[in-house]
Amino acid sequence: MIFILLTTVFVVMRVLPGDPVQMHFEKMASPETMLQMRIQLGLDKPIWAQYFDYVVGLFRGDLGKSMQDYSSVGQQIFSAFPATLELAICSMIIAVSVGVFLGVESSKSYNKPKDHVIRVFGIVTYAIPVFFLGMILQMIFGVWLHWLPTGGRIGPGLTPPGLNIPLSASSGFAAYFIAPSLAGLVLASIYLVAAKVKHKKFGRRVLAISLVFFAVGWAFFAGLGLYFMSSNRVHLSTGLFTVDSLLAGNLFSFGVSLKYLLLPSLTLGLVLCGIFIRLTRSNMFETMRLDFVTAAKARGLRDRTVTYRYAFRNAFLPVLTMMGLQFALLLGGAVLTEYTFSWPGLGRYLVDRINFRDYTAIQGAVVVFGLFVSIVSLAVDLLYAYLDPRIRL
Amino acid sequence: MKETKTKKSMLAKIIPGFGSLAKRRGLAGKLVIFGALLTGFIIVMTLLSPWLVPYNPSSINVGKPLTAPNSQFPLGTDLLGRDMLSRVIAGGGVMLQVAIVSVAVCLAIGVPLGLFSSHTGGVVDKFFSLIMDSIYAFPGIILAIAFAIVLGRGVVNMALAIAVVYVPSYFRVIRSQVLSIKELPYVEAANSIGAKRRTILRRYILPNVLPSITVVATVNFADAILTAAGLTFIGLGIPPNLPDWGYDLTKGSQLLPSGNWWVIAFPGLMIILLALGFTLMGEGLSELLNPRLEQGVEK
Repeated sequence: MIFILLTTVFVVMRVLPGDPVQMHFEKMASPETMLQMRIQLGLDKPIWAQYFDYVVGLFRGDLGKSMQDYSSVGQQIFSAFPATLELAICSMIIAVSVGVFLGVESSKSYNKPKDHVIRVFGIVTYAIPVFFLGMILQMIFGVWLHWLPTGGRIGPGLTPPGLNIPLSASSGFAAYFIAPSLAGLVLASIYLVAAKVKHKKFGRRVLAISLVFFAVGWAFFAGLGLYFMSSNRVHLSTGLFTVDSLLAGNLFSFGVSLKYLLLPSLTLGLVLCGIFIRLTRSNMFETMRLDFVTAAKARGLRDRTVTYRYAFRNAFLPVLTMMGLQFALLLGGAVLTEYTFSWPGLGRYLVDRINFRDYTAIQGAVVVFGLFVSIVSLAVDLLYAYLDPRIRL
Repeated sequence: MKETKTKKSMLAKIIPGFGSLAKRRGLAGKLVIFGALLTGFIIVMTLLSPWLVPYNPSSINVGKPLTAPNSQFPLGTDLLGRDMLSRVIAGGGVMLQVAIVSVAVCLAIGVPLGLFSSHTGGVVDKFFSLIMDSIYAFPGIILAIAFAIVLGRGVVNMALAIAVVYVPSYFRVIRSQVLSIKELPYVEAANSIGAKRRTILRRYILPNVLPSITVVATVNFADAILTAAGLTFIGLGIPPNLPDWGYDLTKGSQLLPSGNWWVIAFPGLMIILLALGFTLMGEGLSELLNPRLEQGVEK
């Protein structure tokens, strides 16, 4: 699937007009210089050969060199990706919690004024351009109230948080640390969800794997720290500023990065919550009419217990599926949000690079976005199979 | 009231049984009508804008630059002293054009392709489904940005870039329905009397998928408007010789730190209203056509 997308982008970018070499020199170079650069970039070969080279590189984990400034695309994407990930996770949390809460409330008062108000709210959030909401929030909280910053990721003068450990060839090694840690993080969160719904066996297995990932990541981390103790100080971290600050035990830095994170993720979260409201509302409404809910009510359980511990657990599965599906939308919205809030993530990188016809950078970003989407949908599918025994049959 | 009725009967023509459904389902029917009124209002306003605007929306220094809303300029003026009210009234044209063209393109490509592919089945269907699914799964705006850049500026190009993103949603909806419809006895009967494929697709299958296409198209309108606004915001919009909400919003975002809220608030509000109109229609229509929740309401 990713390959089809990649191929499409590859062909379209090259067939349609626009030349990275010309953009690089701003049309001022002699034809000889341009030809030389073309050869250097491999643009003189036929398209199929370029494609072949690129795919071979891809399998080795090499995303190629930027056609704009010759720097490694993989490295650039790598440094931009955590920002997007942080934003995406936070907004998804906001979207789901707001959406589920309002959806449950809405379903409780089905077809009453409260329900209508919530529904209209959901529809309105869907119709708001994400950057407009971002601007309004910037206006209110940033310009008028001066509560929150309007852009960027960390305050001026503050270094990005994290453990400052010495490391010379940072990016290559960082990969060994970040990848296992991230995988561990994801698995750990899957574990938490699994534990919540009492799938003990599955949960334990996932926990074990995630611990292994964490251990591998941290072992590398510690090893590197000892090894490079005497050389230059280079920054190394997961790239998730909030997580980093906590890891470093720096509460002040945590607060600051949270402050910067709040508005963008609130923007994105609110825009996405409409669909969760709708979904939760209809599912909860159907679940609340089932017999076991009536039985729970008859036993005199508290309203909240019945709603969240009995009914919602059954209505949650479609919400989970939707989370996977919404992830693509979320990433799309993230591009605009990042642009609005000058958030230095992958979306911003992509937009910047597109203007220069930087083929390799765009392809790289598309590949990473595609990978991200597929990993999330795979994770959701797996989770779904474990949560819903009917699928496994 | 009269307009409401004509809207209803128009919709009733498109979707059989719509009128009765609207009567039975209170809120959904109201949503559709309200949405239709809202979009109708904005379209009429845009069409009549040459006669409605108090000032020429493009002429600069009508008032003092960045005047806050007052009695002379109800919505204030922008950085070049242009009257915001006039710009808001006239600014919908570009977006509506983009949306209409892109929906038309989507219909022209998505519907025949969906019908053809799903009716043919086999490798052809697999091939198209795979392509459509991969586009569908990918963040839409990113694809639209990429296409908008390679296609260049202009209303039609922007519409095309947006259409690329939304063709898959038509394709998927049509495909899922055709797969079950083509097994129905009456289609089989048509097959057995030797009806041509064109005839089967057009006369027997298309009318059955038309309601869902209507829903998708309405939602598509809203999405196209939002995507167009997003593209303009990133700087891929139409060259700024026409008043355009998206453009005003983008320009206004630079003035935001100085607290000139009126420059962004009103164009943004108009975009929301327009998108909201279509979303409400889509929401209402899909609820009318989806009987899943109906039971619950009648209880």
